[in-house]
Amino acid sequence: MNLLRFFSRSQSAPAARERLQVLLAHERAAVGDSDLVTKLRDEILRAIAKHMQIDDEKVSVRMERGPQVSTLAVDIEIPFDPGKKAA
Amino acid sequence: MGKVIVVTSGKGGVGKTTSSAALGAALASNGEKVVVVDFDVGLRNLDLVMGAERRVVYDLVNVIQGEAKLTQALIRDKRLETLYLLPASQTRDKDNLTADGVEWVIGALKQTFDWVICDSPAGIERGATLAMRHADVAIVVTNPEVSSVRDSDRIIGLLDSKTLKAENGERMEKHLLLTRYDPVRAERGDMLKVEDVLEILSIPLLGIVPESMDVLRASNVGSPVTLADERSAPAIAYFDAARRLKGEMLPIAIPGEKRGFFGKFFGRKAA
Repeated sequence: MNLLRFFSRSQSAPAARERLQVLLAHERAAVGDSDLVTKLRDEILRAIAKHMQIDDEKVSVRMERGPQVSTLAVDIEIPFDPGKKAA
Repeated sequence: MGKVIVVTSGKGGVGKTTSSAALGAALASNGEKVVVVDFDVGLRNLDLVMGAERRVVYDLVNVIQGEAKLTQALIRDKRLETLYLLPASQTRDKDNLTADGVEWVIGALKQTFDWVICDSPAGIERGATLAMRHADVAIVVTNPEVSSVRDSDRIIGLLDSKTLKAENGERMEKHLLLTRYDPVRAERGDMLKVEDVLEILSIPLLGIVPESMDVLRASNVGSPVTLADERSAPAIAYFDAARRLKGEMLPIAIPGEKRGFFGKFFGRKAA
């Protein structure tokens, strides 16, 4: 059993290297909170707050930092107010 | 009400973060709700060890400063749905960790989680004392090596004086987790033996985690060692430790007393 596991393993160091490269690239850019994804997150939430009362529990923010592409997903429940007409 | 555990050691590099992640995953694997909180503000690493480093949105300091809700800062593990991580801040100063803020966060987490595991930073400064402050149980991570044992002794002193439990005149439950134990060296007499460390620190033993490549391998791929390879020696040690934390009485096997295939051939030095 031990032998089988010993030989079936793939190397883990390449995974470590790749994870660190992605992470550090983002962290070096983030010095002084200048990370673009973080900036966008804060500005989007501020913009939304201007137009509606945000219930913090109804806002979910997800980020995924990738080597080439990062994603930012802001999921907000907007209550339907029939009394309000579109401008 | 959940139980609050602090994983502490004084000395750095002995395996606090590895143990926090491994025990957290072991406890959560039975469906109990577990959150692991990183208290190492400025030098966070729990996110990396748990493989969530790309998904950190908000952190402990954001929650304490009122910039984010607790629920928004919690990151759910991709493998275990009852395992959560509350990351530390990487960019903020550790002075942002206020005593009141930490008290509120721990109190709120206790309401929803069965286990709140606080991964302490090394040292005996603010971060370390705040991490242990609200604990019900302390896990002292120690390597069988003189400086680690000395620092653990210092930490045990702090656990008995600077925690809420101690200040209220209650007894803090403390457990020793011996990590990076190398049975071959211990047998040769080049490493402190289990009974040596137990005699010096005189707190009950929670488990012995053998020195293993599996720990490095697990951190490389961003997985608690108990999830990366649940049949590996360190994983088995952590699973057993988790069961003891829940109150089970399990005998503790000292690594090396029962040798595996490789151990039999390469481990023992000819007399």
